[in-house]
Amino acid sequence: MHELQVTKRILDIALEHAKEQGVHQIAVIHLRIGALSDLEDEWLQRYFTYLSRGTLADEARLAIERVPIVVRCSGCAESFEVEKSALDEAVCPGCGGSRCELVSGREYVVANMEVV
Amino acid sequence: MDEVRLIEIAEDIHADNELVARELRIRLGDEKVFLVNLMSAPGSGKTRTILRTIEELQTQLRCGVIEADIDSKVDAEAVAAEGISAVQLNTGGFCHLDATMVAQGLDQLELADLDVVVIENVGNLVCPAEFDTGAMLKVMILSVPEGDDKPLKYPLMFSLCDVLLVNKIDYLEFDLSDFDVAKLRERVRKLNPEIEIFEISAKTGEGVGEWAGWLSREAKRFLAD
Repeated sequence: MHELQVTKRILDIALEHAKEQGVHQIAVIHLRIGALSDLEDEWLQRYFTYLSRGTLADEARLAIERVPIVVRCSGCAESFEVEKSALDEAVCPGCGGSRCELVSGREYVVANMEVV
Repeated sequence: MDEVRLIEIAEDIHADNELVARELRIRLGDEKVFLVNLMSAPGSGKTRTILRTIEELQTQLRCGVIEADIDSKVDAEAVAAEGISAVQLNTGGFCHLDATMVAQGLDQLELADLDVVVIENVGNLVCPAEFDTGAMLKVMILSVPEGDDKPLKYPLMFSLCDVLLVNKIDYLEFDLSDFDVAKLRERVRKLNPEIEIFEISAKTGEGVGEWAGWLSREAKRFLAD
């Protein structure tokens, strides 16, 4: 997996915004990551701790919110949430249809950060 | 003690790569090159599928290949041995190609002499799914020996590809395999109702004509625009 490369981007984005806003210390970075992603939270944090040493984000915590997988029924347009492991059995609660398109679950967003 | 404040960011982690990918697509639109990103697990038959496909296309379209590997040039040599323009990119340990790496690969090809370029991505069903390479078409291979349950393990890849090639269908003739093509189609369509599915054997050539015909029509439509 490419946690290291993604972590580097997260750090770059956070530092860029911190610099613009005259931040002294970044405490928490909130991420929104789609449930379809295979990125491991633990490794993101470990790499982040390593990469951020000596920067404004030193000792910052990554708070990762998993965005649920939501699909929209191609038949009746109802949207509903599905577990990743149950995508195979997804059936529309509205009309019983089984053809769906993905609405969310692929997100990779730095949402906001708590700073001092 | 300074007060903690919240800074809104709302920035996509992949935005930088996606910007490079969009610019690359515009450039290739101007230069009239149809770029195809081919992804699959290791050993699914990417290289042979590319060779078979280009064999079908090359009477009408000029084709080149970008080979990506972590650290070897076996595939590029196999492609070049068939007289096809090929560039080898070693990703230096990276598990996927991104748009910047693909742009560097394209710089090593004579694009004015090419209509179609196929990227053979790193063998991996996880990471390449997350990086836009600038291609106009995303194609994946699932081969019969890998099993029909793979959409359950790698839903992201299946959800975003335009085409699925089910390769090594010659294995289905033997009773060795319990691979269920109908079940696979059903699982994949759940994730991606629009996906085109072709059953092929790059070894025997079965089904390759139909797939290559479809690809040729897509490429020509793009080149005519």
